[in-house]
Amino acid sequence: MKTVFQKPKALTDAPLHYCPGCTHGIIHRLVAEAIDALGIEGNTVGVAPVGCAVMAYDYFSCDMVEAAHGRAPAVATGLKRAMPENIIFTYQGDGDLASIGMAETVHAATRNENITVIFVNNAIYGMTGGQMAPTSLPGQVTQTSPYGRDVKHCGYPVKVCEMLAQLEGPEYLARVAVNNVKNVLSAKKAIQKAFENQIAGKGFSLVEVISACPTNWGMTPQKALEWIDEKMIPYYPLGVYKDRSKEAGV
Amino acid sequence: MADKVLMKGNEALAEAAIQAGCRHYFGYPITPQTEVAAYMAKRMPKIGGCFLQAESEIAAINMVYGVASAGKRVMTSSSSPGISLKEEGISYLAGADLPAFIVNVQRGGPGLGGIQPSQSDYFQSTRGGGHGDYHIIVLAPSSVQEMADLTVKGFDLADEYRMPAMVLADGTMGQMMEPVTMGSYQPKTVEKPWAVTGTRMQRPHNIVNSLYLNPEELERTNFERYARYAVIEQKEAMYEAFLMDDADICVTAFGIASRVSRNAVLAARAEGIKVGMLRPITLWPFPKAPFAEAADRVSAFISVELSMGQMIEDVELATRCKRPVYLCNRTGGMIPSPEQVLAKIKEIAGGLK
Amino acid sequence: MSAVQIVIAGFGGQGILFAGKFLAYKGLLEEQNVSWLPSYGPEMRGGTANCSVILSDSAIGSPIVTHPDVLMVMNLPSLDKFEDAVVPGGKIFVDSTLIERKVKRTDVEVHYVPATQMATDAGIPTLANMLLTGKLMKEVPALCGGDWEAALKKVVSARHQELLAYNLKALQTGAAFEG
Repeated sequence: MKTVFQKPKALTDAPLHYCPGCTHGIIHRLVAEAIDALGIEGNTVGVAPVGCAVMAYDYFSCDMVEAAHGRAPAVATGLKRAMPENIIFTYQGDGDLASIGMAETVHAATRNENITVIFVNNAIYGMTGGQMAPTSLPGQVTQTSPYGRDVKHCGYPVKVCEMLAQLEGPEYLARVAVNNVKNVLSAKKAIQKAFENQIAGKGFSLVEVISACPTNWGMTPQKALEWIDEKMIPYYPLGVYKDRSKEAGV
Repeated sequence: MADKVLMKGNEALAEAAIQAGCRHYFGYPITPQTEVAAYMAKRMPKIGGCFLQAESEIAAINMVYGVASAGKRVMTSSSSPGISLKEEGISYLAGADLPAFIVNVQRGGPGLGGIQPSQSDYFQSTRGGGHGDYHIIVLAPSSVQEMADLTVKGFDLADEYRMPAMVLADGTMGQMMEPVTMGSYQPKTVEKPWAVTGTRMQRPHNIVNSLYLNPEELERTNFERYARYAVIEQKEAMYEAFLMDDADICVTAFGIASRVSRNAVLAARAEGIKVGMLRPITLWPFPKAPFAEAADRVSAFISVELSMGQMIEDVELATRCKRPVYLCNRTGGMIPSPEQVLAKIKEIAGGLK
Repeated sequence: MSAVQIVIAGFGGQGILFAGKFLAYKGLLEEQNVSWLPSYGPEMRGGTANCSVILSDSAIGSPIVTHPDVLMVMNLPSLDKFEDAVVPGGKIFVDSTLIERKVKRTDVEVHYVPATQMATDAGIPTLANMLLTGKLMKEVPALCGGDWEAALKKVVSARHQELLAYNLKALQTGAAFEG
């Protein structure tokens, strides 16, 4: 019998703990597929965040480090500086990367640290039960913005790719989504490119993945995927925000 | 033997770290320890090492966490307010059983405090410093030579016991110059099969982690860690006894306070007062045994500190309060003078008669 | 046991710490115990600077000199600050170009040296510190001997060895000054 579908080797057999309809599973798979495709599992070290993906260290087959909240880019910097020949990636959520860890994110980017950052933006704090995230949309109802995010009171969402694109440092910044097959396929390409850049020594490559959180959004999985199209993508347009190799005409 | 050279404490420490095999340094500028960073910035690129000025103390300690995870010797240095920022990372290092070397060249506090020498981070360092059940090894140099020697020792102990080690110095120790001899260190090599160097597809993945959602597992981990601490307390406590053989009064002090106290002890001896000094070299583990033993012989202890009295509690604990322990202190960046310590010795000696 | 405790003080930029380092290195070359402790912080950048230097035959306790045997001052605030701390019978060396007042103490030996003026006249205007140090060494028996040039070589950076001769000239000019 011909195998037409199998789990990537870079994922372990541990059952994922994610909620039904959560797209973390898809993103894990895309990262693992890139690692498999590039044949780098034995050489890769991943850094897990604090947030829903906190136990990512159990799911990836490569060596893994669990970082303090927001500090994954600094930990990855240490790993990469200690082992320049290894492939280092971080896997971070929006609270981790764009709130508490903003300084580490910006400075790793501006140093053009040769690491790969997978940034999962689902506009909410999932693990702690649905609080407002730095990327929660204006008017979005969460546990800590029960009347909707009031931008006069707590400011506007952070557009990470747009912001980092202002820096000279980073090599590659792209925003993708995983709410339909077409988007998943482009996400896969972007993630693989972010790893290829590191292998080529090009530097800081961040892929922001718009992800669904049906549980904390209070929606069915299907509705959550639609909400990404209706609300998230208009605010967070998909695309490549910076690609130095293209700028240079390579 | 290498030649004696004059070096600042901070520079001697930095050079000793390099000789201990440390090739990664991450830090953020703060007085009075900046010479450590400056020395590393100059030397590391020339020896294939990495000096990186981090965006904050928090980032620096997490870069340390990264290199430590890779199984390599790594350090950071700072002064009191910066160490407070690093404490989160230090707790994670302890929780993940990672070796790392940290330097605190203390200045007065709390808050932004001042920039003059202090010992007021004694509690912070000897009680772990961050959240959770843990200790770090704390070494207290009292000369430039010890700034160097205890640095090499700190790297060795950190690797051997898989935990952070700290040199707790102060502005005086960092800034002063004294003759120092280096170059004959033989740093230990410790196998690190737990390091995340890549599986090479030859072994199951290694995970560096401090998260245990199962409380039974976390409790077991903490018990195991404290069993290791018990071994350290038994084997690694270091101290110096000075003129203690016939002493009636025991002065105790570490770092710069012990240097000042030494003058006072000699002056008191010249006046016929039988006084000696116990100088803890490791603050954690605290050298309890010599204090317990001294408590059977001396009439009183005097703890000389650059703080409102922090080590004094460990002296009371180690002696089970068998004898009175008096405090002789300055704080906020001030240093007790030998005269002040001598006056205290005389006051206590007078009361004993 | 013999020990000499020295305080050198003046403005940041006058080479106060350098002069102290030179004396410490000289002691080291003569196999004495030595310590050198600077003031540090913002005063390094234009305010007052001072350093404590101790040379001793036995182990040095506190590196902080609270009662100097020898005081060298290159500005008025430093004389005001340290004059009373000098031990009775101690020696004070004053750059009299920069400090107009006289030392009030009568129980100490005072040497007034117009170091800044002399250095300027000798074409080495930035070396008043070493000129005054030369006088100090001449007058303090414990510091007088030894190989001055060898100690200078330790403190003048390798990149600036051409300055060695100027420093030596400053020391010798100071030592030769009678006053």
